[in-house]
Amino acid sequence: MTWLGRESRTRPGGALQAFAFLGALAVLPVVMGRHWQVNLLVFTLMYAGLASAWNLVGGYAGYAALGHGAFFGIGAYAMAIGTTHLGVGTGYRPFLLVLPIAVGTALAVVPIARLLLRTRAATFAVLSITVMFMVQTFAYNIRSLTHGSQGIAVPVPPFPFTTFERPFYYAMAILLALTVAVCWAVRSSQLGLALNAVRDDEDRARGLGVQTELVKLIAFSLSAGLTAAFGAVWAYYISYVFPGFAIDPLLSLGAILMAFLGGRHTLWGPVVGAALIVPAQQYFAYRYGASHLYLIAYAALFLIVIYLLPDGILPSTTQRLNRLRTRSRARTTPDLLPMEALNPRGESE
Amino acid sequence: MHLIVQATIGGILIGGVYALLASGQAMIFGVTRTVNFAQAIFAILSAYLSYTLFSDFGVDPFLSVLVLVPTMFAFGSAIYIVFLRRLTRSGAELALLVLYAMAIGIQGTLDYFYKTNTRVISPGYTNHSWTVGGYQISEVRLFAFLLAVVVLGSLHAIRQHTKLGRALRATAQNPTAAQLLGVNVERVSAIAMGLGVATAGAAGAVFGMVVPFNGNSQYDLLSKLLSISVLGGMASMPGTIVAAVILGVVESVVAAKISPDWSAFSFLVVLFAVLTVRPQGLFGRRLRGAL
Repeated sequence: MTWLGRESRTRPGGALQAFAFLGALAVLPVVMGRHWQVNLLVFTLMYAGLASAWNLVGGYAGYAALGHGAFFGIGAYAMAIGTTHLGVGTGYRPFLLVLPIAVGTALAVVPIARLLLRTRAATFAVLSITVMFMVQTFAYNIRSLTHGSQGIAVPVPPFPFTTFERPFYYAMAILLALTVAVCWAVRSSQLGLALNAVRDDEDRARGLGVQTELVKLIAFSLSAGLTAAFGAVWAYYISYVFPGFAIDPLLSLGAILMAFLGGRHTLWGPVVGAALIVPAQQYFAYRYGASHLYLIAYAALFLIVIYLLPDGILPSTTQRLNRLRTRSRARTTPDLLPMEALNPRGESE
Repeated sequence: MHLIVQATIGGILIGGVYALLASGQAMIFGVTRTVNFAQAIFAILSAYLSYTLFSDFGVDPFLSVLVLVPTMFAFGSAIYIVFLRRLTRSGAELALLVLYAMAIGIQGTLDYFYKTNTRVISPGYTNHSWTVGGYQISEVRLFAFLLAVVVLGSLHAIRQHTKLGRALRATAQNPTAAQLLGVNVERVSAIAMGLGVATAGAAGAVFGMVVPFNGNSQYDLLSKLLSISVLGGMASMPGTIVAAVILGVVESVVAAKISPDWSAFSFLVVLFAVLTVRPQGLFGRRLRGAL
């Protein structure tokens, strides 16, 4: 149904959902404790977070940002440079860098975001990916800082072998919870309504007094900062950054694919999408290597999602549930017109 | 000074090839409102086909253009009919993502058949050049430039002097009105997509002689193409051509004077500098809802 309406603010299940989600996050690595399982979970949570962060701009504001790989890369490089050049130490201490990196990136992108957000639709999409190519050029060429195409080796932390992945898992889990909380807060505030208005008709929204520039800028900055935080943890986990990996067009595209599959404009859609796609993705990478067949499978999956599930899984199922609900209500109170007669396709706009 | 003039000549010549690629992109955007994120991989695909025609059948790359242009035209139209027709009206962003996904799929397919080592098409004359007034003019680059001029000229003639051209321009201006006046908008869009991809076919064949390529070079080419489009003003053909030549020259002068590492980047700086003043690009118009 409506983008904000019943789902998040008024439904009493919201708190329940949050507790169930946090509980699942806390318990998962205990239940699925093998190395490959926790590794899979780390990536699933990372992509769930990246897709949710992308959703702030791409879903809520309706701006097709294609260059979030840039912010991920900035986060990753900041972590790598922080641990090697600045001497923050090892163990749990590098995790302390994550928050400053996120805040720093969120602030640093403001000037470029102001410029990008002056354009719309296709031009915005094109420019956002151009920014990613720019950041990649920096990573390749400012050799004194990034070591160019050699990449930077991040010191491997001295965590015990049996539970090596755990700290990274919990770091990702905290970041994901934070990202979902930010999304939830945005959706249930004026900001969310304003972004929704921007998506529907930006000119009219501005005419009606919505501060479109400001709300777009806030959404973009939050989204970039969160994306950078995931990049920072990723760099420490992988313990190696290289321009081609850290600033990867496929990473942004993957996050977008997950948001589409689960349902753009929804709170949980990106998380659902990531939970479905990342295991498949890791399986493909393990089975066929990160090579040609992997690329083909990715493209095919994308096309299937866009053509068969253009609204995403969550909106399609909620729509079906709502239709069932209205139908039973119409049966008990026959003097009312069935909702479907008024709005045959169950559209809300 | 000699170095700068030399680099400028080289830049203008390669700029012609960029102009060819980018004007196809502009035509597709003008008619269908879709940014063709697969334009670069179409050019690479064409380069590979030309490579095969040359190395296995001995067909000269410039001759292979005669085969590749109709092939790529058919390919482009087919993609429009099968995938994009049902999307463009509902959401240009979806169409853009579909083409992006397709670019990745095509790259995977090319990597599968040709492996990922870089290749270059090198017929006997690749290293020939003429010396005019002390400046070197590479034979291949000059022919590539002339080919671009011929293809762009015919494209211009089609647009301005044929019935199809009028339908193309009408659809670009206002699809609904064009449809009301009896233009088959779907068919015109399929043809526009075909023509746009055909320019990638022509450009790719000669691109493969000038620059070593593999599937992954699509990103490099794509970033150039996209910046040209934005600088020129997305749907504007003259704007695109001017922007492409600027890119060629800036890139080549920076490569000669500073370092090839920063050549692509320098153009992005130009692009962002222009955008702070004119968000619609050099020749673009402000459209309600689009910009």
